[in-house]
Amino acid sequence: MFGEGILKGLAETARNFAGSFVSAERLTTVQYPEQRIAPIEATRDFPFLVYDGADWEAGLRCVACQICEKECPPKCIYIEKSVDKKPDFTGRPQIYPTRFDIDISVCMSCQICVEVCPFEAIKMDTEFELSTTDRFGGLLYDRKELAKSNEHYHKIHPSEAAEVDARLAEEKAKAEAKTKAAAEAAAAKAAAAATAAKPAPADSKAGGESNTAGGTQG
Amino acid sequence: MSSSATDNSISLLRPDGWNRPPVIEPSNDGDLLEVAMGPHHPSTHGVFRMDVALDGERVIRLKPVFGYLHRNHEKLAEGMSYLSSMPFTDRLDYICPMTNNWAYALAVEKLTGQEVPERAQYLRVIVGELTRVQNHASAIGFLIQEMGASGTPLMYAFKAREKILDLFEELTGARMMVNYMRFGGCRVDATPAWLTATRKVVDELPQFVDEFENLLTGNEILMARTQGIGILPAELAVNAGVTGPMLRASGVNYDIRKVDKYGAYDRFKFRVPLGDHGDVYDRFMIRFLEIRESLAILDQALKQIPGGPVMDSKAKLRGFRPKPGEAYGRIEAPKGELGFYLISDGGPNPYRYRIRPPSLINLTILEDMCLGQNVADVVLIFGSVDIVLGEVDR
Repeated sequence: MFGEGILKGLAETARNFAGSFVSAERLTTVQYPEQRIAPIEATRDFPFLVYDGADWEAGLRCVACQICEKECPPKCIYIEKSVDKKPDFTGRPQIYPTRFDIDISVCMSCQICVEVCPFEAIKMDTEFELSTTDRFGGLLYDRKELAKSNEHYHKIHPSEAAEVDARLAEEKAKAEAKTKAAAEAAAAKAAAAATAAKPAPADSKAGGESNTAGGTQG
Repeated sequence: MSSSATDNSISLLRPDGWNRPPVIEPSNDGDLLEVAMGPHHPSTHGVFRMDVALDGERVIRLKPVFGYLHRNHEKLAEGMSYLSSMPFTDRLDYICPMTNNWAYALAVEKLTGQEVPERAQYLRVIVGELTRVQNHASAIGFLIQEMGASGTPLMYAFKAREKILDLFEELTGARMMVNYMRFGGCRVDATPAWLTATRKVVDELPQFVDEFENLLTGNEILMARTQGIGILPAELAVNAGVTGPMLRASGVNYDIRKVDKYGAYDRFKFRVPLGDHGDVYDRFMIRFLEIRESLAILDQALKQIPGGPVMDSKAKLRGFRPKPGEAYGRIEAPKGELGFYLISDGGPNPYRYRIRPPSLINLTILEDMCLGQNVADVVLIFGSVDIVLGEVDR
């Protein structure tokens, strides 16, 4: 019959139209500012800098290695290295960023900076309501605006943050053990050198080892 | 294109090459009407212009004009590391970012000789086929929209697409700009919960396809508008380098999933649907059939997916320098053959980075399909090509 196909299609539309009144799972509209969908853990919006402890400036994990700056596809990260050093979470003195800016208006939320960071210092935030009336600097975030606590990271990406914490704790334990071993070895060697006739080679060897373990004894 | 690719089809390559249809002379002495369709015509999937010369209703000439969306992607990629280009590939064909990632990862893996673990291969197949389902569903929706059925079929298609995009968001953190694949595997592993959710969506999709076909197939208006319109002969399609559903709708059996057997495609049973008329209706129907085959692949992949890592332990994320040489990685993207051609000079950046986009090359025969047709059908023929301007202009 001519027109059968059209009628079949219309019946399908009618069925869906009627179904939208009875089936609850079809009501997908969320009244946004009042209602919100539960966030998905993998959600990523813009990067932030993680800090440990209470003081954001002292606790920043970033060591200004500039890998993220180099790898950032739209080149929206600007870093300036410090001249002096401050201790990082293992207690080793490290360079820190005196300036760390991210231009959020350029950032494309690709997560490359997070992946390449060897220090777990930069992570993706889930904050998306960032609109501002300032056209020029409003979305250029400096390190103070970017710094967010590890607790915040735990809140937005719980399982990922737990993994990162475990990895960092392991690293810290390893670093501490190494420092301790190096210190002990140095002490033993110093003692041996004091008693032995040839102190010079033993000293230089101990010095070389303590370099790799970091200069914490100094 | 290699000769083995067309072994199982009729020999179509002709020495004199391009076999253009004859130029149609205007029927009377009146002037031609020149119309610029676009660049902001609602049917043009982005910014694309067709300069059409009309004699009455008939198309005498058609000149596609593009480049409005050019973003210098290829040249930019030469100035940045291999990894940094990966998120930009999402933005080529933004309807199917997963397959773009895959083609680029494949090219770099060929260049560096990187192995990919089994589980990552399966995950790539799963996300790739999900991409094909949602691309074909929306391509059909857009095509029908251009025919004048404003909204309804497109919303049906987007209903299914939404479920797939939700899966992508759960897996990768983004609905469209997924940035999922890496050289030597995938960025994150799929959780058991994600695989269960995918299984649920895949089980529901056949019902959606039935519903969608009920709505459209057999519709007399649709058949009257599409049958016998915009015929693309197999010979011309092969000579013009057309690939994907466009080529198969013309009856040429060429599917890179079967030819190259990249990824894990040698382990799945699926058929390659072929059309016999090469008109708009065939191109419309072939997408339905391909969705059904994709669902069959998804079903098998979800059953067979092995455990293990998703990244090769030897894979380097950044800072690698491939040996001087070149590589061409190609996959069967939903729109056709998507290839990335890379030349390395031993440095951390590619020396040359070139994309073979299916959309652009499928678009080259637009004039040949449109000549002699009515101007109202031009929009329809254009819609049946299924392009995304992000990929045409790059």
